[in-house]
Amino acid sequence: MSTTITTSSEANGNVSAATARAAASAAALSEASGPQPVTMAKALNTALADAMHADSSVLVFGEDVGLLGGVFRITDGLTAIFGEQRCFDTPLAESGIVGMAVGMAMNGMRPVIEMQFDAFAYPAFEQIISHVAKMHNRTRGAVKLPMVIRIPYGGGIGGVEHHCDSSESYYAHTAGLKVFTPATVADGYRMLREAIDSDDPVVFMEPKKLYWSKDLVDLAELRSAHAAAASAGSSSEGRAAVARPGTDATLIAYGPSVPTALAAAEAAALEGRSLEVIDVRTIVPFDDATVCESVRKTGRAVVIAEAHGFASVSSEIVARVQERCFHHLAAPIRRVTGFDIPYPAPKLEKYYLPGVDRILDAVDDLQWEN
Amino acid sequence: MTISANHTAPDQTSKAPTEDALSQTATKFGITAEDYMLPARHQIEMVDPDGRLLPEGEQGTEPGHEYPLPGDEELLAAYEQLVVGRRVNDQNSALVRQGRMAVYPSSHGQEACQVAAALCLSDGDWMFPTYRDAVAVMTRGVDPVQVMTIFRGDWHGGFDPLEHKVGIQCTPLTTQLLHAVGVAHAAKLRGEDTVVLAMCGDGATSEGDFHEALNFAAVFHLPVIFFVQNNKYAISVPLAHQSVAPSLAHKAVGYGMAGERVDGNDVVALLAVLDRAVKLAREGSGPLLIEANTYRMQAHTNADDDTRYRESSEVAEWRAKDPVNRMRTYLTDRGLLDDDGEARIREKAEAVATQLRDGLSEDVPVDPQELFRHVFSAPTPQLKEQSALLADELARDASTEEAGK
Repeated sequence: MSTTITTSSEANGNVSAATARAAASAAALSEASGPQPVTMAKALNTALADAMHADSSVLVFGEDVGLLGGVFRITDGLTAIFGEQRCFDTPLAESGIVGMAVGMAMNGMRPVIEMQFDAFAYPAFEQIISHVAKMHNRTRGAVKLPMVIRIPYGGGIGGVEHHCDSSESYYAHTAGLKVFTPATVADGYRMLREAIDSDDPVVFMEPKKLYWSKDLVDLAELRSAHAAAASAGSSSEGRAAVARPGTDATLIAYGPSVPTALAAAEAAALEGRSLEVIDVRTIVPFDDATVCESVRKTGRAVVIAEAHGFASVSSEIVARVQERCFHHLAAPIRRVTGFDIPYPAPKLEKYYLPGVDRILDAVDDLQWEN
Repeated sequence: MTISANHTAPDQTSKAPTEDALSQTATKFGITAEDYMLPARHQIEMVDPDGRLLPEGEQGTEPGHEYPLPGDEELLAAYEQLVVGRRVNDQNSALVRQGRMAVYPSSHGQEACQVAAALCLSDGDWMFPTYRDAVAVMTRGVDPVQVMTIFRGDWHGGFDPLEHKVGIQCTPLTTQLLHAVGVAHAAKLRGEDTVVLAMCGDGATSEGDFHEALNFAAVFHLPVIFFVQNNKYAISVPLAHQSVAPSLAHKAVGYGMAGERVDGNDVVALLAVLDRAVKLAREGSGPLLIEANTYRMQAHTNADDDTRYRESSEVAEWRAKDPVNRMRTYLTDRGLLDDDGEARIREKAEAVATQLRDGLSEDVPVDPQELFRHVFSAPTPQLKEQSALLADELARDASTEEAGK
């Protein structure tokens, strides 16, 4: 890492050497054509590599992201491809990582930084709230901070305490931050590329229990679709997805809860109930239109999230839908969320996490007799 | 730690470059790396409180900690800025008393630090100031009225940081030091020779970001000068409650960087020390920590009552060490400043004061719709809704007012 940063001329030399290596690696990146089983981790890793290849101002840094490739291997191989100037380990200090990224973003770079775990991002809270979120506003738009803070979040992996928090509500509550959370492998690639392209700071919440989930995707096609969309100036930011169409009730979920909602919809289908599943995708900006269109159609809704329900993203969604869809509702909107307790120890997390049965119980409560 | 020998690329030596550069710099001065990092035994002081140039042997310099006297032209320019800075401080405090400004944390008594911090930098360099460093920002060339926008209250910041290469004045303590580190790091990666001066106070050295910023700057070997104005108080809390280190400059050695202490009311010594620090940083010697020994002559702000926590005798003692008077005496005695020169400088200071009075008395209309304009690069659908809500509210207010006429 710092070992290569000695003189400015050497810095230039290394950057161009890295660019050459990156060019060589681009060929290696051309995957087998057609859809292949790909993990979310691989999609995120590919998105980082592609973004670094496309723009030399994209830098990746954090704790253990260099030689090790990150504790979840999301940055695997980036130092080897792009050199220690562009993907490097920092001292172990989260406020330092975010604060340094602010300065770099002020000075022409597009840092993509990794917080190792959800709860390890808290030392950086002041930098995120007081500077990352506010710099553009404080300076009347003079200073943009094109930076991405990647945060592996949520439970379901049997992690010990401080490794399983659902911290999205803190960031979503803060004006000036965009908050993205992918639920599919394709969105892992697409949304991370869009986050890096964004001129606004994005908190990119990665559901760690989905890192090793696989979908059939064509990375080469995603890459060219991104390039085409980017050159046309279009983005999927602020657009929720209908993950499964249905007619009887709407399940609204994001990140780690989307597969759970889909499983619940599958189970409900066997009982003859057609549930639509909405994947929120970008918590900020929130897609009121897609969510409300679904609820107006079905007349019933359940919001699902791992985070504590009290004063959370899920409460916000309920409030928004209620304000906009009241006369279309056949029943009060229900929520299935984590309990209002500190995240439990591994052997107890199954009682805490929203599961299919709890979701179906909530659906059953949606006053079907009316 | 994250740095290990086998983490270096195969074509690199296993020795940390920081170590090499420190040793090289120390060797250049003919001293050990430790002696290079540790501050000199005494603070660097060149002109005493009575305005007399101290003999070379009494300036606090040591082998490897040698500081040439700045040139006359630089000293005259500094004096002019000192006089302007003092006038700015006192004018702003008066505007607060008259209710034209919400608050002003004055740097009265610290003007030598303010002026030197700006004058030591080149145009391409960056400065990251705190809320008390308005005079430094103005000395850097930012329009005085724009600088005071933050305190007038029509927006949080009044100038473009990128245009002036000056960070927005920072209130959360030492958070801006990390931004300084990032700006320096980005510049270094592009091969630019930018130096970044990052400012904070004595109380701020207790903050975690102080530690993280110094450590990051040292580990990444960045040209950042951490300039601590030790004005003895963090609002009411004296330095003894913040640190029992031999001095704040001694903290440098723990990070593997050089530290130095300087008389913060002696602009001659400040320029000598900061000019050398900038030169060293630009040459690739890594970051430096400079502690300026000064004093906050007035209360923290107009809302503070300093008689509750310090004796007036202590303030009087420091008044005798005033940075402006000392420099005037020195320059006059050396024949560099006469009555005409002094009058011309006073006139210039008065012009800036007038600019501030006029600018801050002017009722600049605020635009409520601007509230939504800068949250993101483009407003989200939610912000557009809220903006329409406010517009509607204002339109109804206006029509009610119209009907009432």
